[in-house]
Amino acid sequence: MKFTKLMTTATVALGLAMPAFADETTKVGFVYVGPVGDGGWTYEHDQGRLAVEEAFGDEVETVYVENVPEGPDAERVMTQMALQGADLIFTTSFGYMDPTINVAAKFPNVKFEHATGYKRADNVSTYSARFYEGRAVQGTIAGQMTKSNVVGYIGSYPIPEVIRGINSAYIHAKKVNPDVEFKIIWAFTWFDPAKEAEAAQVLIDQGADVILQHTDSTAPQAVAAEAGNVVTFGQASDMSEYAPFPRVSSIIDDWAPYYIARTKAVMDGTWTSMDTWDGIGAGMVGIGEISDAVPADVKASAVAIRDALADGSYHAFTGPLNKQDGSAWLADGETADDGTLAGMNFYVEGIEGTIPQ
Amino acid sequence: MLRLERRPSPSKAWSYLTPIVAVVATMIAGGLLFYILGKNPFEAIRTIFWDPLFGEFSSYSRPQLLVKAGPLILIAIGLALGFRAGIWNIGAEGQYIVGALCGAGAALALYPLEAWFIFPLMIVAGALGGMAWGLIPGFLRVRFGTNEILVSLMLVYVAEQLQAAMALGLLRNPDGFGFPGSRNLQQYPSAFNAEIIAGTGMHWGIVAALIAVIMAYITLGKHVLGFQIRLTGEAPRAAGFAGVKTARLVLICLGLSGALAGLAGMFEVAGPAGQVSIDFNVGYGFTAIIVAFLGRLNPLGILLAGLLLALTYIGGELAQLTLGLPSAAIQVFQGMLLFFLLAVDLLTNFRIRLGKMEAV
Amino acid sequence: MDLSAINPVLLIASLMVAATPIMLAAVGELVVEKAGVLNLGVEGMMIVGAIAGFATAVGTESPVLGFVVAALAGAVLSFLFVILTQYALANQVASGLALTLFGLGLSSLMGQSYVGIKPPSTPKLDMGFLSDLPVVGPILFSHDFMVYVGLFIITGTWAVLKYTRVGLILRAVGENHDAAHALGYKVVRVRVLAILFGGACSGLGGAYISLIRVPQWTEGMTAGAGWIALALVVFASWKPWRLLIGAYLYGGITVLQLNAQAAGARIPVEYLSMSPYLITILVLVFMSADRSRAPASLGRIFHASN
Repeated sequence: MKFTKLMTTATVALGLAMPAFADETTKVGFVYVGPVGDGGWTYEHDQGRLAVEEAFGDEVETVYVENVPEGPDAERVMTQMALQGADLIFTTSFGYMDPTINVAAKFPNVKFEHATGYKRADNVSTYSARFYEGRAVQGTIAGQMTKSNVVGYIGSYPIPEVIRGINSAYIHAKKVNPDVEFKIIWAFTWFDPAKEAEAAQVLIDQGADVILQHTDSTAPQAVAAEAGNVVTFGQASDMSEYAPFPRVSSIIDDWAPYYIARTKAVMDGTWTSMDTWDGIGAGMVGIGEISDAVPADVKASAVAIRDALADGSYHAFTGPLNKQDGSAWLADGETADDGTLAGMNFYVEGIEGTIPQ
Repeated sequence: MLRLERRPSPSKAWSYLTPIVAVVATMIAGGLLFYILGKNPFEAIRTIFWDPLFGEFSSYSRPQLLVKAGPLILIAIGLALGFRAGIWNIGAEGQYIVGALCGAGAALALYPLEAWFIFPLMIVAGALGGMAWGLIPGFLRVRFGTNEILVSLMLVYVAEQLQAAMALGLLRNPDGFGFPGSRNLQQYPSAFNAEIIAGTGMHWGIVAALIAVIMAYITLGKHVLGFQIRLTGEAPRAAGFAGVKTARLVLICLGLSGALAGLAGMFEVAGPAGQVSIDFNVGYGFTAIIVAFLGRLNPLGILLAGLLLALTYIGGELAQLTLGLPSAAIQVFQGMLLFFLLAVDLLTNFRIRLGKMEAV
Repeated sequence: MDLSAINPVLLIASLMVAATPIMLAAVGELVVEKAGVLNLGVEGMMIVGAIAGFATAVGTESPVLGFVVAALAGAVLSFLFVILTQYALANQVASGLALTLFGLGLSSLMGQSYVGIKPPSTPKLDMGFLSDLPVVGPILFSHDFMVYVGLFIITGTWAVLKYTRVGLILRAVGENHDAAHALGYKVVRVRVLAILFGGACSGLGGAYISLIRVPQWTEGMTAGAGWIALALVVFASWKPWRLLIGAYLYGGITVLQLNAQAAGARIPVEYLSMSPYLITILVLVFMSADRSRAPASLGRIFHASN
């Protein structure tokens, strides 16, 4: 932002009004649904933005607006960014989908990147991360580290992404520990530290000694630290302040490689609309360092899964697998296709409970 | 020492001046805040107040002012009527949600039918839904004496859960790949609350807000109901003697403000927002309370206050965009605006005199 | 559904912890409202207390100091409310809302550099063999010190309001400020002190969330706890003991519904999540039959005009 600050100060000195962007640089805008300080989802997107600034220096200018509610406010913010001269805009929440399409239609020369959505246009791409690959690694560790055979899962909203994560974690925990049982609580929030702390406490009270979460705060880690012998995993960011225990590993959203690549594409003129769903291999899903609290053999198995997912030799959803009602889903060796995964609304066999409808 | 002395009757001159004084004071204090944060204060103030109205892209942001202010004004009018009578509807947010759900639900139930009566049906459904939600605290107060602040507030949380349930269940878009959220009403022409005059941002919700302002002005000034409301607020016992039936008034005020809030929700979800999602509500029900007080519970004042607050929202977004001002700073700014207005308002009713401090 | 998975002892212990922040804020507001002032700014004072306490605890490595500063911060913020309502004679509802808005924004600003930091932990009390007793141990003797402080404040408030002259004056001011003034009681001063006390308690409640409950700092982390506290005061009919019950009831239902979910209850989750609020309304309706009503001068502006 140094360049912008310099220009703005100069402008003030001259007493003239001036738009935010100068003319030769590539301007990249970011629309955030939460505060940059949330230490989770938005924080990682902002890290991606900072990486873009660092990678391209004076050739780019970035701006962001945080705490933008989904809906008309989002549409307005995107429009303002485009009016102010943005070349590329990242909209970082599923709920921005329709506003992004609407604004993109009005500004055909501006490129839009919508996170976790499914609607595209000539100037709108979508991107998301295969978080379920990270869950596979977590499940492998969880299944082996649990002594009570009860694993607690704090779900946010019953959307396909979260259900994928639960299924993937369960499948891999079960693989290494056939007696494992999952208890799931739906917090109905992406981020509410108090609620998450309560959910974690309840799960621990009901016997869980491993907690997985799809919510973004460190509250469950703190509760686990209090309880003493509960294993947790960082979510969205590394949460390394709770390492080596209870946080034994984490899933890190690493948007930097993708953001840098897309910015470069705009600068080179090679940008086209596409759908990106990258996992560990492409660097979008980072697995946080597995701490020493994890026994060497468990760590080795987790690393093996991680590497197999990374180089593509293993798919997290490989048959034989049945759905929760017993019906067959994947045959032996068959892998799930992206379409089914994208709309996943069923549990796999073995998970108890129903998905809230 | 300074002493406050009540004026024999509120000063007309000051009642026009106080908002201006308050805004200027906010600009100064806000400027100071921005300076502490390392931003140029003049630039920041200009970005917030001037640019959305007359700046480079103001042809886009001016209509947006109406879009943002519309629901605020609509809800605030309803609230103000109640507040004037000492009936505190704090649950407008919940009524907004329920109205939106009913209105959108009515439309989606008929999808994909295209007919002229769908939109009016949505209006009726939204108003009735909001009214029903507002009548719950009303009924409980009238029948059991339960405090309406508490009940209406609790119902906001209930409504939020209901919204999530609907977005995931009944109202979910069957073509949406399992994602939560309803069909987008912007793509359903019979139900879409579109701009009436393109480029002005004026949709039916804004029209409703303007009608509400006029109706409220007439009611409060000329109609018996308005008289009863004002009397109950200022002298409850006198109102009792004058034959005002409090119970009826409570139900009317809560029902009316619920209906208006529900309408605001319905217009918003069928227009600018477009779909019922897990959390499409953005706090208009609470912000409207601030607008009601900023406008000093007076319909015309509310109109101006709504526009002013909308200006700070839109200007604030611009300031984030062009100056890198954190969004928290804008919230502090809005709080300051309200503070100053409330503080300066005292000059309307009191004179400041030099003299001995009274024993208090 | 596996009901046996729900452990009642742990349930009660955890509901006491869940209820503490709201209880702290609510008891402060109860005193304020008893004095005849309605301060809707509890949410703002709580969250400012949360960040102030958090920042202090991180800076000084002492959670106790954090709580002290949180109480001070809450009181300082409530002083803005004092100026508006007692000296500038502004409308109390609006002033309280302005305070909430201002407090939320101010805390976010103050907290920008404190995200993701882990505060020093507050130890749970270990009273030796008392804590190891089977049922009573976890419920009564193993909490962190603030739970006990909260109970102490409630007991103290009840005792002062009921048995001391100070409490009597406070209640008199709340019931009829003109008569109290005529009797020579300093209405404004009593109210100012009550508001500052309320601010301090709210600050403590907020700091409990950021230092013990979660513990972490994030924008808006109180997530409506202040409004629940306000509701609790009304729910409790302005009586301290009822406040305790109300807070535990609310905390209990919240924890219970999470337990029910984890145990595999068949009821849809959204309706389970609604239950604390619906039950609060129901109980309130029943309690409305009670004769107690609000302090008669609640929310009315006082100006000694002779």
